[in-house]
Amino acid sequence: MQDIAASMPMTQVAPRDRSRLIVPVLLFATLALAPLLGLVGPDRYVLALFTRCVIFAIAALGLDLALGSGGLVSFGHAAFIGIGAYAAGILTASGIDDAFLLLFAALATSGFFALATGAISLKTRGVHFIMITLAFGQMAYFVANSLKAYGGDDGLTLANRSTIFGRDLLADHRVFFYVSLAMLLAVYLFARAVVRSRFGRVLRGAKENETRIAAIGFDPYPFRLVAFVISGMIAGLAGFLLAEQSEFVSPAFMTWQRSGDLIIMVMLGGMASLDGAILGALFVVLTEELLSGFTEHWRVIFGPFLVLVVLFARGGLLGLLTGRRHG
Amino acid sequence: MADDLLRLEHVSKSFGALRVTDAVSLDIPKGELHALIGPNGAGKTSLIHQISGWIACDSGRIVFDGEEVTGLKMHARARRGLVRSFQITSILPRFTALENVALAVQSRSGSSLRFFGDASREPKLNGEAMQALRHVGLAEQAHRIAGTLSHGEKRGLELALALALEPKLLLLDEPMAGVGAGDGEALVGVLRDLKAHCTILLIEHDMQAVFALADRISVLVNGAIMVTGKPDDVRADAQVRAAYLGEAA
Repeated sequence: MQDIAASMPMTQVAPRDRSRLIVPVLLFATLALAPLLGLVGPDRYVLALFTRCVIFAIAALGLDLALGSGGLVSFGHAAFIGIGAYAAGILTASGIDDAFLLLFAALATSGFFALATGAISLKTRGVHFIMITLAFGQMAYFVANSLKAYGGDDGLTLANRSTIFGRDLLADHRVFFYVSLAMLLAVYLFARAVVRSRFGRVLRGAKENETRIAAIGFDPYPFRLVAFVISGMIAGLAGFLLAEQSEFVSPAFMTWQRSGDLIIMVMLGGMASLDGAILGALFVVLTEELLSGFTEHWRVIFGPFLVLVVLFARGGLLGLLTGRRHG
Repeated sequence: MADDLLRLEHVSKSFGALRVTDAVSLDIPKGELHALIGPNGAGKTSLIHQISGWIACDSGRIVFDGEEVTGLKMHARARRGLVRSFQITSILPRFTALENVALAVQSRSGSSLRFFGDASREPKLNGEAMQALRHVGLAEQAHRIAGTLSHGEKRGLELALALALEPKLLLLDEPMAGVGAGDGEALVGVLRDLKAHCTILLIEHDMQAVFALADRISVLVNGAIMVTGKPDDVRADAQVRAAYLGEAA
């Protein structure tokens, strides 16, 4: 009888901490209510701004899986956004505008690019990994620049937003915002599950101590590669949404500065926490919008702030808010 | 012999001009506790690195459980039951003690390419991990963050990680390194228990422990095996006394 009691899971698992739900619930509630600001201000502007927040939050979540949980400092994640966006743009230009098809194409192309570049990049470590992902990102950027048929460096304007079962439901900015928010929620729940799963535990373990992970019988490489592909596909999804929202795609989506911005979002918000990635994306997009209203040199103000957060708040903004530190 | 669990054939390794492993041949039959002793810098840890696959040997063959593993990496050897511990504690410092060991259990139970379901709540993994922790006396510390454990507790966790893999052959690299007398005695007790369950290759500087536990002992000097034999024979060997035991006593 005692043996049975001893093997009961309750005695072996620390109690679930409900307070951890506060931050994500607040974040999503705030985002869901954000369009109300449109009642007191310019409606379309507010919606466009917060849609942008949501889209970059998706991309930052994607990067956080690779960077925060996997320890993979990818400096080329903007390429996945760009590839997702171009997949949508090019299909639309060819007269295909079914949302599901475009989404599938965006996920497939960004996933394939992540698989091909990840398979090579993940043979390296540290600074080499950063440089090789940067190089692949730049390759994608220059390829996009050279796509003469699709606008070259001017980019490509989409004739219309995609349709769902032939109906132009997404044309409404409010609907588009909530569709994007629903996607963010889905990605967030998916990422949470992945991080906590068996797969995620090996991935996090390999970030902590690669030697130990190998000594207990795991080859970290396939775990990292799968994480990199999932991460790239999530960024590709963000790219699809970005193209749809702005009805425009351009090589500027893929600049290395954009890749840097994504890293900043994750680090600023708090790495490996997922909540932090969303918080960081909101903060960066909104701060950029606010400060660039004052001066085009907004990074002069933003830069020192970033230095302070990195120096004094190792858990990022989320750590400041909750007093916790994540991996 | 056919029932040798581990067989080394002329294993050699050099770092530049330094020959750290010099044509080492060794057979360890199933069930034996084999101790590897020798002065500092004799190449004991380097040999463990090669047997475990952490570094590759330059030449020679390593056969484990009837299968050549010379070209296999560490993770592949660990999966076959050739498991090692580290002289310098190697754990996942930000995981709890239980999660450290549960991950080791996970490695031998089912696929880890599962993306859903909270791994930290799998009763089977946690139950078996708890057993390994109990074995080394760390059950009470299960929910502590591994990085905050005392040195002795970390050494115990290191051992629990190896145990949780249910090894056929356990390579223990100074499991008692830096552990106080009381904890050391407890660890000797744990090792004695272990002898019944698996074959062990032990590096240890504590000669009392070595001579108390070992079935056979090999003395490694300058990368080469000077002598292999029963504890009493090794103790009596004049060469060994001169090279090693004499200077220690």
